[in-house]
Amino acid sequence: MDTLGIITLSIATAAMVAGVKSEAVAETLELSGFVQAHVATRTSDVDCPVGTECDVPFNDQRVQLKAEANNEAGSLAFLGKVDLIHDQVLEENKAEVRELYADYNADSFTVRGGRQIITWGVGDLLFINDIFPKDWVAFYSGLPMEYLKRGSDAAKLDLYLGSTTLEVVVSDFRADRLPDSRQFVMASPFSPSLPRNIDEPAGQEIALKYSGNLGGWDSAVYASRGYYRAPALTETATEVHGSYARLNTLGASLSGAFANGVLNLEAGYYDSEDDRSGDNPTIENSQARFLIGYSRQVGQETQIGAQAYAEWMQDHNAYQRTLPSGFSPRDEVRTVATLRFTQRYLHQTLTFNLFAFWGLSEDDTYIIPSARYAFSDDLWAELGANIFSGSRSGMFGAMGDNDNVYLSVRYAF
Amino acid sequence: MKLNILRISGPLLALIALTWMPGGATAAEPDARSIVANSLQAFYYAAKDMRARVTMRLINAQGQERKREMTMLRKNSGEGGEQRYYIYFHTPSDVKGTTFMVWKYLQKEDDRWIFIPAIKLVRRIAADDKRSSFVGSDFTHEDVSGRSVDDETHSLLRTEEMAGRAVYVVESKPKAQSDYARRLSWIDQQHGLPLKEEYFDTRDEKVRVFTADQVEQVDGHWTITVRTMKNLQTGHRTQTRFTDIKYDVGLKQNLFSERYLRNPPRKWIR
Repeated sequence: MDTLGIITLSIATAAMVAGVKSEAVAETLELSGFVQAHVATRTSDVDCPVGTECDVPFNDQRVQLKAEANNEAGSLAFLGKVDLIHDQVLEENKAEVRELYADYNADSFTVRGGRQIITWGVGDLLFINDIFPKDWVAFYSGLPMEYLKRGSDAAKLDLYLGSTTLEVVVSDFRADRLPDSRQFVMASPFSPSLPRNIDEPAGQEIALKYSGNLGGWDSAVYASRGYYRAPALTETATEVHGSYARLNTLGASLSGAFANGVLNLEAGYYDSEDDRSGDNPTIENSQARFLIGYSRQVGQETQIGAQAYAEWMQDHNAYQRTLPSGFSPRDEVRTVATLRFTQRYLHQTLTFNLFAFWGLSEDDTYIIPSARYAFSDDLWAELGANIFSGSRSGMFGAMGDNDNVYLSVRYAF
Repeated sequence: MKLNILRISGPLLALIALTWMPGGATAAEPDARSIVANSLQAFYYAAKDMRARVTMRLINAQGQERKREMTMLRKNSGEGGEQRYYIYFHTPSDVKGTTFMVWKYLQKEDDRWIFIPAIKLVRRIAADDKRSSFVGSDFTHEDVSGRSVDDETHSLLRTEEMAGRAVYVVESKPKAQSDYARRLSWIDQQHGLPLKEEYFDTRDEKVRVFTADQVEQVDGHWTITVRTMKNLQTGHRTQTRFTDIKYDVGLKQNLFSERYLRNPPRKWIR
């Protein structure tokens, strides 16, 4: 965490303390939270390398404490959400600040300072203009979906201009949490014995969104100047060195009612500033990304959704020319289709969900079936699986040794 | 196909017959369609806007109870029966802070959005089936935000007394295929609110019963403050209680927007 993070977190904390202390200001203070247990067992038949947790790669228990307060007028609001985690696999206890922010609400704007989760775009588990940090370890382990999103340490301004909104986010860099060899079995071209040293960017990132309702369609345009959230790695004689390359994005989205359902459209251009010519094999080439999705209800408690997605790599010739041996080349256009099927029973206490990624161009699949039962308002359990198959050179297929079955139980208070 | 035609033509024929009957029972009564239109108006459109705290108790056949507490804001937005609804969930803890917004139209499908606070996600949701359950309760989305009078054909069966109140007994049949084949409503002749509704399936078995358990005048508007919907097949029932009801509080149109979906208006959400 650097300067901006420290400043915003301090503002949020100070404001929260002030709000809690002064009864005149804190009209409402609400405390809540949950306890949760999550365990996943590897179902892939694989001889794990030394140092990789093989049979039970995920097993954690956590308590989430949440405090919310606001003053009577609603001009000031605070939220803090901290997870106290006991991770049996990594053998550590840690506190993780999920969110900690303060809001100032005026007639024509809102300012939010602190650690905050931001979600943009209209894709369902496919991201184009949502360039904010994500936790892929949580996602692949089957933790509840909210853990896919990581908070940004940011100052966010929402400016209300008539019926439109301009959002400006200035944030510290925060990387994605990516699968590593302690919990995942993956082929890596880098020597596992070398130490990894990864430099994080020191500067701030900025992201803009301008949105409004245009003829019944939720419309938005986006722009950002920041960094890739996965490091570009190079191996030297003594280490594997990583750094985060510059990334600028520009995009747009539409969402509206169509044929008794909802149609979503999104597009974006990823400008890979540090490798515009595309001949640096360690840095991602620039890309254009497109998404079309449609969802609708097909029965009283049944919903389906389908999406088609494409990533078009720019300068593919330069990429092919400079790719070192040992790396399997990626296609110029990567295409993915997804399907979501949700069925609820017993007054929505029992939910079956199926989400499937189908790598059309890479010939691989990733299927996430799950069943959740709510025993009461406060207690639910979810049993599910993460199943990867298909070509090992595909993005999902590469995860093929990491199939798991998971169980999550949560009690809210 | 044949069945559908029969179902629609039945009440139509009855209506024609009633209208044609000189000096018949209906001569002094308003027609069934206007009784239902008035009833929908009294039930869903009272005043220009409304704010209320709504508590739903979802009780299964074994007596196990789940509870949903929310604040509901509603505004009539101009001609043609268009309305906007905003719902903020206070409990259960796991969904606290979730907000839900409906832009209701009578001529086309509603627009619906939901905000999931844990990931700060606003999502437009498909609103094709208004007959699906509202948050797992026995009330449907349509039961919460109302239906169009012309979604059904109506016939006045009789007038009678119910708990000391003069009521119209109206039979309504949905024009499009639905989860019920016909509905009987006991509509209060004075204030127009339904005191009871019974829903029948295609085999003419009674499957759902609505009762207005408490009816009061609030700010000069007759209001059902306690209502129950019971599913006779599963034994599951939902009791809904409206408290802190205020009419004509001056809700602004722009309150029903993504801004407030993300950032609930504290002035109204208590």
